[in-house]
Amino acid sequence: MQAKSKIRNTFLIALLVLLSVLFLAPAFIVLMNSFKNRFSIADEPFVFPTTDTFAGINNYINGITKTGFLSAAGYSVFITITSVAVIVLFTAMTAWYITRVKSKFTSGLYYAFVFSMIVPFQMVMFTMSKMANLLGLDNIFGLIFIYLGFGAGLSVFMFAGFVKSIPLEIEEASMIDSCNPIQTFFLVVFPMLKPIAITVAILNTMWIWNDYLLPYLVIGTKYRTIPIAVQYLRGGYGSKDMGAMMAVLVLAMIPVIIFYLSCQKHIIKGVTAGAVKG
Amino acid sequence: MQKALKKYFAFFALPTLLAFLISFVIPFLMGIYLSFTKFKTVTDAKWIGFDNYIQAFTANKEFINSLWFTFRFTVVSVIFINLFAFLLALLLTKSLRGTNVFRTIFFIPNLIGGIVLGYIWQLIINGVLYFFDVTITTDPNYGFWGLVVLMNWQLIGYMMVIYIAGIQNISGDLMDAAAVDGASKGQILRHITIPLVMPSVTICTFLTLTNSFKLFDQNLALTAGAPSRQTEMLALNIYNTFYGRVGYEGVGQAKAVVFFIMVAAIAFIQLYLTRKREVEN
Repeated sequence: MQAKSKIRNTFLIALLVLLSVLFLAPAFIVLMNSFKNRFSIADEPFVFPTTDTFAGINNYINGITKTGFLSAAGYSVFITITSVAVIVLFTAMTAWYITRVKSKFTSGLYYAFVFSMIVPFQMVMFTMSKMANLLGLDNIFGLIFIYLGFGAGLSVFMFAGFVKSIPLEIEEASMIDSCNPIQTFFLVVFPMLKPIAITVAILNTMWIWNDYLLPYLVIGTKYRTIPIAVQYLRGGYGSKDMGAMMAVLVLAMIPVIIFYLSCQKHIIKGVTAGAVKG
Repeated sequence: MQKALKKYFAFFALPTLLAFLISFVIPFLMGIYLSFTKFKTVTDAKWIGFDNYIQAFTANKEFINSLWFTFRFTVVSVIFINLFAFLLALLLTKSLRGTNVFRTIFFIPNLIGGIVLGYIWQLIINGVLYFFDVTITTDPNYGFWGLVVLMNWQLIGYMMVIYIAGIQNISGDLMDAAAVDGASKGQILRHITIPLVMPSVTICTFLTLTNSFKLFDQNLALTAGAPSRQTEMLALNIYNTFYGRVGYEGVGQAKAVVFFIMVAAIAFIQLYLTRKREVEN
C-alpha cells in the first residue's frame, strides 16, 4: 500500500513538473528568441541561437531605442504608483464617509459605485476620452484623475465592506477624545483598514500596470506606457522588427515577475478576495 | 458622530465623486443619449431614434459575426479553463511535495498584460503553423483556437487558486468520516468535494465568462481580427466601429450599449444565483 502510493505520488509530481515546463515554455521561448537576429525568429522560433543567428544584445538596444522603452517604463511606474496611492487614499475616505453617514444620498452613491463595476469600458470609452480632451485631462495627471474615477467602483465597494465590520465604538471614543473626523480617520480608521488597503492596492496595480486602451485613448502615444510601447512596435513599422519585439516582450515581463515574486502572498490573497467580492 | 462627519463631505467624498462623475457617470449618460443620435464630435448630435441600433445589426454582418465568435469563444474557454483549473487544484491539494512551487508557477501568466500575452502567443502559434506553411491569420479557426489556448494559459492558474481555497475550506473531518464509512475516493469526490466547492465553481464560471466575453487586448495583439475581421470579438468590433472610419460613431455607441446590456445581464444572473445559494445555506 505504502509503496503503491509512493509510486503514484512520484508519477503525479512528474506530471506537475511536465505541466510547469509547459507553463513556463512560452516565456522561455521569447527569452531565447530575444538573442537571435531578427530574420531567424519567425521561421524557427523553437531553435536555440547558433553562432550564425546569435545577435547578442542588439535586439535589446534596437527595441529600447525604437519604442523609447526606458521612458515608457518610467511613465508606467509613475502612473501606476501614483494612481494606486491616490485611489487607495481617496476611496478609503469616501467609503468611510458613505458607510458612516447614513442618508439616501450616500446609499445612492454606494449603488452607483457598485453599478459602475459591471459597465464594460467600451460603453464609456468614446465619450470619456472626448470629455478628457475637452477638460484638458489628456496628460499624465489627468490620467491619474481618470483612474481614480474608474478605480472608485471596486475600491469603494471593498473598503465599504470592510468598514462595516469595524465596531463604531472605537471611532466614537476617538471623537469624544476631541479628535475631529479628519484626525479620527487618519489616526484611528485608516490604520485599521490596512489589510483591505493592501488588497485594493494589488488589484488596482495589476489592472493599471497592464492597461492599454484607457491611457492610449486619453493621452495617445505622446507618453507611452509599456503596453502602448509594445503595441506601437507593431503599429509604427510596416514589417515589424521581430528581434526588437522579443526584447521588448522580455523587458515588459521582468517587472511583473519581480513584483510577483516579492509580494506573492499578498497577490494571491488579493486576487482571491477580489474574486469572491467582485 | 454622523453629524460631525457630515460637515466633512467636501474633504472625504468630493475628490472621488468628482473623478467618478467626470470619468464615468457623465460619459455613461452621454453614451446612452448619443446612441440615439448621429454625431462626429459629440457636440453635433442629431436625434435619429433607433437607426443606429438597426444599422448595427443590418448594415453588414460584422457585428453579428463578432457576437457569434465571442459567444463560441466564451463557451469553449469557460469549459476548458474551469475543467483544467479544477483538476490542477485537486492535484495540488493532495499534500504532495513542492505544491507551493507549482502553484506559484501556474499563477504567473495571470499577471502578464494582455498585449504582451498576445505577442508571446503569436510567436509560438506562428512558429508551430510555420511547419504547415500557414500563419495564424490564414484561417479564422487558427485565431479562434489560438485565443482559447492563450486564455487558458492566462486564467487556469488564477481559477486554480480560487478552487484550491474552496477545497481547503472543506473540513477534513467530513472527508475522514466518509472514508471511515467506507466511501471510495470517487464517491468522496462526487458526493463531498464537488457539492461543497460549488460556490467556487459559480465564482470561477462568472470570472472566466466575463473575462472572455469582454476580451480586447489579447484579441488586438494576437490577430487584430484578421483574416478580414473574422476573428474580431465584440469589444474590438466596437472599437473599430468608433475609430475605424468617420461617420459611424453613433453606430459604435449603439453597439456599446448592446454590449453593456449583455454584460449587465450576465452580472445579474450571477448576483441572482449567489443570493439564492446564500438563502439556501
